Amino acid sequence: MQQKYSQRLFYVTGAVPPRQGSYNAAIADQTANLAIRGLLLFLIGVFLALVLNLLQVQRNVTLFPPDGFASIFSSAWWVPPCCGTASAVIGLLYPCIDRLLGEPHKFKREWSSVMRCVAVFVGINHASAKVDFANNVQLSLTLAALSIGLWWTFDRSCSGLGLGFAIAFLATLTTQLLVYNGLFQYTSPDFLYVRSWLPCIFFAGVITMGSIGRQLAMYEYKVVQEKTHQD
Amino acid sequence: MTVREKLRQKISAGFYWHGLLCASYPVPIILFTAVCILTCCYPLLKLPLPGTGPVEFTTGVRDYMVPPQEPSGDPGERPDWYRGPPVAYIQQVLVKAAVSPWDNRLVPVDAFRSPLGRVFSLLDEIRNHVHSDSSGVRSLEALCLQVTDLLPGLRRMQALLPEHGCLLVSPGNYWQNQRELFDSDPDLLRTVQQYEPKGLHTSATLKDLLFGVHGKQTGVSLNSRNRVVTYTITMALRHYDVRFLGSLRSRLKQLHPSANCSLREEHMVHVHFKEEIGVAELIPLVTTYIILFAYIYFSTRKIDMVKSKWGLALAAVVTVLSSLLMSVGLCTLFGLTPTLNGGEIFPYLVVVIGLENVLVLTKSVVSTPVDLEVKLRIAQGLSNESWSIMKNMATELCIILIGYFTLVPAIQEFCLFAVVGLVSDFFLQMLFFTTVLSIDIRRMELADLNRRLPAEAGMPPAKPGPLRPRETPPPPRPSPHTITLQTPAFRNLRLPKRLRVVYFLARTRLAQRIIMAGTVIWIGILLYTDPAGLRTYLAAQVSEQSPLGGAGLPHLAVAPVFPGGDPTGTLNVLPQADPTPALSENLSQGGRVPPAPDPERSSAGVSSSQLRVLHCESHVLCRRYISILPVIPVTFHVTPREALETRHPQDTRHAPPLQTDPSPNALPHGAPVQTDLTLYKVAALGLAAGVLLVLLLFCLYRLLCPRNYGQNGVQHGRRRRGDLPCDDYGYSPPVSEISPLLLRGHNMDIECLASDGMLLASCCLAGQIRVWDAQTGDCLTVIPNHGLRRCSSSGGWEHRDGWDAGAVTDLETLGGAEGQDAGGAGYPVRRRAAPSRPTLFGDQPDLTALIDTSFGQQPPSQAPSASSGFDFGGLVERAYLEHEPSVSPVFSAPPPQPVQRRRSLGDQPMAPTDWDSAVWALELRGNLIAAGRSSGKLEVCLWDAVEGSLRCSNEDGVSGITALAFLNNRIVAARLNGSLDFFTVDINKPLGLLQYRGGPGRGSMPPSPCYSSDDVISCQLTRSVQCAHQKPITVLRAAAGRVVTGSQDHTVRVYRLEDSCCLFTLQGHSGGITAIYIDQTMVLASGGQDGAICLWDVLTGSRVSHVYGHRGDVTSLVCTTSCVISSGLDDLICIWDRSTGIKLYSIQQVLGCGASFGVISDSLLVTGGQGCVSFWDLNFGDLLQTVYLGASSEGQGVRQLVVLDNAAIVCDFGSELSLVYVPSVLEKLD
Repeated sequence: MQQKYSQRLFYVTGAVPPRQGSYNAAIADQTANLAIRGLLLFLIGVFLALVLNLLQVQRNVTLFPPDGFASIFSSAWWVPPCCGTASAVIGLLYPCIDRLLGEPHKFKREWSSVMRCVAVFVGINHASAKVDFANNVQLSLTLAALSIGLWWTFDRSCSGLGLGFAIAFLATLTTQLLVYNGLFQYTSPDFLYVRSWLPCIFFAGVITMGSIGRQLAMYEYKVVQEKTHQD
Repeated sequence: MTVREKLRQKISAGFYWHGLLCASYPVPIILFTAVCILTCCYPLLKLPLPGTGPVEFTTGVRDYMVPPQEPSGDPGERPDWYRGPPVAYIQQVLVKAAVSPWDNRLVPVDAFRSPLGRVFSLLDEIRNHVHSDSSGVRSLEALCLQVTDLLPGLRRMQALLPEHGCLLVSPGNYWQNQRELFDSDPDLLRTVQQYEPKGLHTSATLKDLLFGVHGKQTGVSLNSRNRVVTYTITMALRHYDVRFLGSLRSRLKQLHPSANCSLREEHMVHVHFKEEIGVAELIPLVTTYIILFAYIYFSTRKIDMVKSKWGLALAAVVTVLSSLLMSVGLCTLFGLTPTLNGGEIFPYLVVVIGLENVLVLTKSVVSTPVDLEVKLRIAQGLSNESWSIMKNMATELCIILIGYFTLVPAIQEFCLFAVVGLVSDFFLQMLFFTTVLSIDIRRMELADLNRRLPAEAGMPPAKPGPLRPRETPPPPRPSPHTITLQTPAFRNLRLPKRLRVVYFLARTRLAQRIIMAGTVIWIGILLYTDPAGLRTYLAAQVSEQSPLGGAGLPHLAVAPVFPGGDPTGTLNVLPQADPTPALSENLSQGGRVPPAPDPERSSAGVSSSQLRVLHCESHVLCRRYISILPVIPVTFHVTPREALETRHPQDTRHAPPLQTDPSPNALPHGAPVQTDLTLYKVAALGLAAGVLLVLLLFCLYRLLCPRNYGQNGVQHGRRRRGDLPCDDYGYSPPVSEISPLLLRGHNMDIECLASDGMLLASCCLAGQIRVWDAQTGDCLTVIPNHGLRRCSSSGGWEHRDGWDAGAVTDLETLGGAEGQDAGGAGYPVRRRAAPSRPTLFGDQPDLTALIDTSFGQQPPSQAPSASSGFDFGGLVERAYLEHEPSVSPVFSAPPPQPVQRRRSLGDQPMAPTDWDSAVWALELRGNLIAAGRSSGKLEVCLWDAVEGSLRCSNEDGVSGITALAFLNNRIVAARLNGSLDFFTVDINKPLGLLQYRGGPGRGSMPPSPCYSSDDVISCQLTRSVQCAHQKPITVLRAAAGRVVTGSQDHTVRVYRLEDSCCLFTLQGHSGGITAIYIDQTMVLASGGQDGAICLWDVLTGSRVSHVYGHRGDVTSLVCTTSCVISSGLDDLICIWDRSTGIKLYSIQQVLGCGASFGVISDSLLVTGGQGCVSFWDLNFGDLLQTVYLGASSEGQGVRQLVVLDNAAIVCDFGSELSLVYVPSVLEKLD
């Protein structure tokens, strides 16, 4: 993915003559970069949403009423696009905030680290779906600890923490509102169960997508740096 | 803080010693680690292999009770799943039927038609069996599993499988259980076979299903050896009614007693089907694995600067995997049984343990100074990172320990594995990976050494040590250059496009990757479709092959025939399937039919794969089980008469006369013949395909690559006459018309060349100087050797011709006549040619030695010419001169010729006193020619259109002039004794006329003053630097107001032209200087005998870069704005990047022409070859064009090549000059 991305990026940047109208070119570059990044993040988000939903299906905790489609698309159709959009927004928001705050995020900025982060995120989902917990409190605490651990291991930035909390809170609230309004409902497990793991999953997801977004933004940053060097 | 510091120091020291240890004893440590890993993994052998195959559990029939729903108190031997009633009870009736005695009137079909026909009566028997006792009347109808619907995948088999009612499966299903259809079927075999899948299939087919035994054992085939037909009737019961079954059993036995059946009847087998892994579960699993692989990929990609990236990446992965295995093994050893699904948690374990430490270690080690010893590098690298490694490990352990206190059993187990895995991972990193790393680093340094060594070892052995006290060879230094040198070479590979494509493929290993991916996909498909594979395939298979849509899909089981051969003595296994009310929820989805296997272990081995097939069929049975009841054996004996009666009229049609079987029962394995045939066919086909493929590839190869590459390694055939020129890779550039202009006139080989763009001066060995017009090629004037020689030497020329005929071939075969070893080689040749003088040569041993080494160590006689070819003429002459007193008696005869100088043969008749006339150096500026002679005399001749007159001469010096530089009316002469003389040319112009004449293309050069013959020219020695160098000056160059000299004493000196002041003495070479380049832009490059090339900053005198490029001396050097081009005695022309010192590529030259090259522009390189010159694109190394110089020029190597300003090229081969005027080049330049 990274290679493809960088290829595309270089294609885009290489296609524009560096001298002529460099200002416009830079603008076009940035827009193109942004679009590509957004698209990538969107796809990743959709994919993760589908996969993670499958995990929940196995536990018969399906969050959303099955439609009778194949099990992959067992959730409502609009859920994966929503997740994709959300992840695109988050992934673009993180580097943006980093830039506003000054230096780009430097801690463990490597693809291997990002992959590790994604793996841990999937693992958290896996655990919440597959592991039998004694009670909801235990589940909540464990997941919370795991999520914070995720942040500490791969992010360690205050902006990341704050954004993660805020988005997790908002997302949980939205979900609950939707449930109250009957747009979808949980199946077998009770309301408490779902509520207990939802914020943690959201938080971990935000951190993960932020990490991916930052990594993708690194390319743009590097390209811009090279450009300035060349100029 | 102090405690921490102390701890840190201690850890660091510990790691240091550990690193030393690891690097010192790599092999024992790796062996020890391997033993550790194996030991720790040993307990894994006891673990059951994970799998989803069905599990069996056997109980006795007698006291069978339906197990209670709730697990009872004794967990002992009962498996977890054995609770509650089974989905179904499977009852099979095994039928063995045979026609006996066999009659010769019978045809093969009779062997099974009649026995098969018995199935209908038996079916009726079973269906109609009613057992009545006190509790009521029970029939099969009431007990059996009712089929209500079909699996979607099985609809095509509707015609064959029972769709409604009892699940009762038998071969009768082929004929809809109707005797009439059976009797009227003209070809039973076809009916049976038509549903069979084509090709090789090991999975169960409909035939297996209906017959209930493996297809090979049914006996329904024309060539069956023992004419026993075996099949089963399988029924699935919902309830277990002992009495009904008992009565059925006794009834059947009574009707058809089977005499000596060996089947035991006391066991009941329960088969449990594990949960099926569905796509829904597979996708997340696959996703985690993809993420895992991406993680590993991105991690190992960071390994850099090592010898083998793949090796180290593999080592890293092995480290992590082994540590996981060790962890599981250790946990098992201490009594912990893993309960988690290994496949699921594995990626997470890997991610938690991580590859980070390994990468940090690698990075740290490779960033240590490269010139250290390997041991020390490893030790330093380890100790540098020790603290962070320990810190990370402690942190991870803490996190995992916290996880342990969540008190969730699954998480606890995970954490336990992770902790043990982390520790063992640390252990392996320290022992295994570090050692592997040390081996790798050592290999890398060895590789560097090897790369350097041939440069020294490849020196021709003809250099006697004592006479040429060569300085110690440059120490092989593992400079970072050597690591990075190779890769950029790809960048500018001078290859044709076709090959570039191939190289691209090779570089990216596209083919291998595609094959690998194909293999993986293929294996995946195989796994999926295999008998051991997944249900979908089977469902599809069955549905395709057997258009019977019954609800029940029974499956097969295997019953190998008893070796005893008794028809009744074998046993069977039957599988069955049933969908039914018990599975109401499944039926609502389409009535899936579970198959049931029932293996009789006692006598028949049921292959596990077949069981799995059953399992796969039966995902309805997930987490459920079925019970298989003991088989009821039934035996039929059919008399030949009955067989004949049931025979269908058409049966005899395809009945070949049956050969009497020698012993029908002797070969119980008769069936495999068929299989073998199929296998043979497949093998033959495969072989044929393979051969075809090889032939095809061969043809393709022939087609694409018509040339034989490897066979003539040395000769590239590039300059072979008649061949199209091509480069190393067989690429032939288009030849366009460039006709060279031949300048003939010299009688002997040309020794010196000089040009200023408009004029060209050449001097041959006879001392004759000719001046040519560089534009037209006209010979403007001839300056004889002091005017004395023209007549006197004429006799000599003829003589020479006789010599030449033989000598030319000699030189040709010698090839490297200019090489330093040619002297030795040429010596005996000469002796052969002149046998009359053996004694003369015999007493000159020192001369040979001198010649041997003369090339590098002694000043070349014609150094100032633009591309320095080396010549030994003057040198040898000098040697003779010096030698003369001692050998004077011998020299009463005409002096012998220098050994490999056939061109000096012309001197032979001359008196020894004439030798002072040899011209060693020639320079041309304006219309003044400066010639330096071996006697030390400097002559300045003025040329004009009419006469070549000597204007002035200076005979101050005594030592021969080895090099001349003529710049801005100053002449610098370097002499053999190491002194440097500066002359000023003064012109007294009575008329005050000073015209300036400048070539059109010489903007960068100051216009040369044009002197007229009226001027009085005087040449005065202005300054003489007596000890400019300790040893003879070999090279002299002047440009940009600087004079640069290079000498045998390993130094380069820079003088200012105006005041003769020495500015710098540049030291850095470890051998004598053999080539120097300086141009207007003050670029200074020097090459020495050590094969090194140095770039200097002329303003500061500092060395900019230093590369080793050649084996042996560097013979010529040219710089362009972007690169440095050098040639060496190894006949290689190397092109270097000027700023980085990286070798871009090299061009192999013909032997002896190594030094002849020139640069026309920044992008065009000309090289000389055997009778031709080649043009190269400097940026990419592409051969652009090859121009042959003349029909007669075969075998004459281009030894000197001068590039004129108007892009004409003058090259000197033999006694001719060739002017190549390159219009296409000009276009390119513009």
